[in-house]
Amino acid sequence: MQAYELPQDPFNVIITGVGGQGNVMASRMLGDMLSRRGLLVTIGETFGASQRGGSVMSHLRISHTATWSPQIPAGRAHVVVALEPTEAVRVLAAYGNPETIALCNTRPIYPVGVLSGASAYPSPAELREAVGALTAQAWFLDATDRALEMGNPILGNIMMISALTALAALPVERDDFEAIVTRTLPADKAAANLAAWDFARRHFVCP
Amino acid sequence: MSSTVIDKAGSRHLLMGNEAIARGALEAGVRVAAGYPGTPSSEIIETLAAVAGERDLYVEWSVNEKVALEVAAAASFAGLRSLCAMKQNGVNVASDFLLHLAGSGTRGGMVLVPCDDPGALSSINEGESRHFARMVEIPLLEPGDFQEAKDMLCWAFTLSEEIRNLVMVRSVTRLSHASGSVTFGDLPEVGGRAAFDCRGTLLETLSDPLRGPLIPFPVPVHHARQQQKLARAVALFESSPFNGYDGPEHPELLIVTSSICSLYSREAVHLLGVGDRVGILKLGTTWPLPPKFMRSHLRRCGRVLVVEEVIPFLEENVKILAADLGPWTFFGKMDGSLLSAGELNPDRVAAAVAQILGISYRPVPEAYAARAGKLAETGAPAREITFCAGCPHRASFWSIHGALQLDGRQGFVCGDIGCYSLAMLPCGFSALKTLHAMGSGAGLASGFGKLRDFGLQQPALAVCGDSTFFHAVLPALVNAVHNRSNLTLVVLDNSGTAMTGFQPHPGLPVDAMGDIAAGIDIVSLCRSVGADVHVCDPFDLRRTRDKLLQLLATEGTKVLVLKQICALSPEKKGKKRFRMSVDADKCLGQACGCNRLCTRVFMCPGLIWDARRGVSEIDEVICAGCGVCADICPAGAIAKEEAV
Repeated sequence: MQAYELPQDPFNVIITGVGGQGNVMASRMLGDMLSRRGLLVTIGETFGASQRGGSVMSHLRISHTATWSPQIPAGRAHVVVALEPTEAVRVLAAYGNPETIALCNTRPIYPVGVLSGASAYPSPAELREAVGALTAQAWFLDATDRALEMGNPILGNIMMISALTALAALPVERDDFEAIVTRTLPADKAAANLAAWDFARRHFVCP
Repeated sequence: MSSTVIDKAGSRHLLMGNEAIARGALEAGVRVAAGYPGTPSSEIIETLAAVAGERDLYVEWSVNEKVALEVAAAASFAGLRSLCAMKQNGVNVASDFLLHLAGSGTRGGMVLVPCDDPGALSSINEGESRHFARMVEIPLLEPGDFQEAKDMLCWAFTLSEEIRNLVMVRSVTRLSHASGSVTFGDLPEVGGRAAFDCRGTLLETLSDPLRGPLIPFPVPVHHARQQQKLARAVALFESSPFNGYDGPEHPELLIVTSSICSLYSREAVHLLGVGDRVGILKLGTTWPLPPKFMRSHLRRCGRVLVVEEVIPFLEENVKILAADLGPWTFFGKMDGSLLSAGELNPDRVAAAVAQILGISYRPVPEAYAARAGKLAETGAPAREITFCAGCPHRASFWSIHGALQLDGRQGFVCGDIGCYSLAMLPCGFSALKTLHAMGSGAGLASGFGKLRDFGLQQPALAVCGDSTFFHAVLPALVNAVHNRSNLTLVVLDNSGTAMTGFQPHPGLPVDAMGDIAAGIDIVSLCRSVGADVHVCDPFDLRRTRDKLLQLLATEGTKVLVLKQICALSPEKKGKKRFRMSVDADKCLGQACGCNRLCTRVFMCPGLIWDARRGVSEIDEVICAGCGVCADICPAGAIAKEEAV
């Protein structure tokens, strides 16, 4: 009777990034698409002043049967989507396990401690090694850089969600995304969002 | 969201806890809602305000929580259903009226929704609202998930009218700000006229609760009636569908829990695979506890773990009920099984259950955990919270810090509640030295400003935001002027309640529903009480610093309004006033006398340091184009160009 199969039930996704990157919007959009498919979705997140420029996480629990805790237990993330690459390492260290997969946007946002010189930011090679050592499979996507070429860096989040739904085999199709953006955005913005979605499917999923 | 929360009965939506609470109130036919913005409560009032027109509601952002409760109570007295929402410490502000309201009773159904913040995820305290329900003797309900948040809100109005008193429904951050699936019930026809039937004697309302003055005098008589109302609520709680047991008939351990902790408890039992050994008694009516119902379940098992946030409120009340049951063993906050500070999560509950049952639980293989710990040290540098790129507060505190240094008398800043509270951290040059309640910065400065006769030489400066100014700073300012205190109050006016999402306040010409309102001018208001008032643009660094220096050297109560709109405001967001660039030939980096003042001290995240080339750079994705950094570079290497 379950029309859409989930890789696991509950299927646990963490979308992580830095305050101000659009994390909450990205998780809400994904949640709405899954909810539209009849799945029970719980999203845990925090926002407010305490997140300004800090690490931000959204926990998504996707299930056919139940409402789950808005906080995923330690080591139980199936997928980590990082809008900023060091946040992937931070989140995997707490919520990853040897089977976890990760999608990382490669564009860094430097913590103020790094800007001031108090701490060091890892090199791209170190980041790949760290994420690789904590996952079964990881993808590094230059989503923000590609989105900048399209004229708006925020579209990088759409690319990440588009890639996530394909790579993690979530039951979401282009028409779910189209339905949401055409309902919530003006026509020109909806078109740009759809272009970002399609770009990610073409270039990141089966290049 | 307006289209979603007023969708038809039977539809299912992914709703934030606060939206579910708003939908529940709409299904109950709420007519008036008031509150003061505060994370994690703000979206309740925002959601209702967005549908005010369609559902014929009056919704307001009140000047503070006490007035909000009074505004909502007036609607109840006039026979309408009303709701009041606030964050946990807002209940402290409202508590004087709350005590008296509980004593007078209500007429139209009235519900108070405080949203607590265990773990202080967006607060400077872990205060609890539950104790107020016990202290002022009103019923307390706590939803355990998103559907229940909607259903319970709706029922709370029925309960309030059944007992003719206020009902408290307590939420927490992890419910209010989390989202889950909610199936909608019916929306009623809206209607009903407001009328306050205040005829009769002071005892009239004891015989007809819908008539007579609402004055709880003589006090003991009305107080006894209030307690009868509470007893009626307890009787209803005995058969409430919001309380339920799930587990074996006679478990080895009984978990008693409520609120979001019921989801943590369920997950913990699932993680440990102990569903055949542990039962969960989930409570929705948490004060007063229904004694018959509680005892029938406590008899299942002599070992009880109480799972709640933050301090042991439920635990105390359960223990009192179990006192005559026999030698029960209790686990919870009091024996240290769970911490009484900070929030809980499934792991913390699982650890407590595993310890009690004597089993071990390891979330990931040991080798993975060891690898993860090591890689996190180098792969994930600490990310301290900071002001946004383009935030006026960074510029304001740059000038405040600079002026206090130049003044040279070890002056300090008394902080207040808002994004600018972050000035306790290096992003605000660690300028704040005190941080307490709304309005306390000005109140403390008013006190410090009177200590010169006792030898205090340091000048006191207070900061507050524009919304905070109206909320609780105004009485402190009046106090300072009246008592001739020496202080400088800096109003960081960014044109909205920015931290919680730009809710309007009395200084703006618009109200919660988007209608025209009377905007009250902060500058004229301060002048009218007799303060020495000045205005600057904080992005004009030199003028702001010089003005501050002048005010620090002047006697009396002085106010400096620093006016610049928040970088995230709808007017500014995504629009750069200046295109910024760094001239790599002019930037001397670490060789400069400033030793890279821009990235080492000013630390706007829009400015980055290219260690390889030894120069600063602009991050075009993050830079908001405010232009301030151009004025801090002594080498003139940072250029600003008007963007078209």
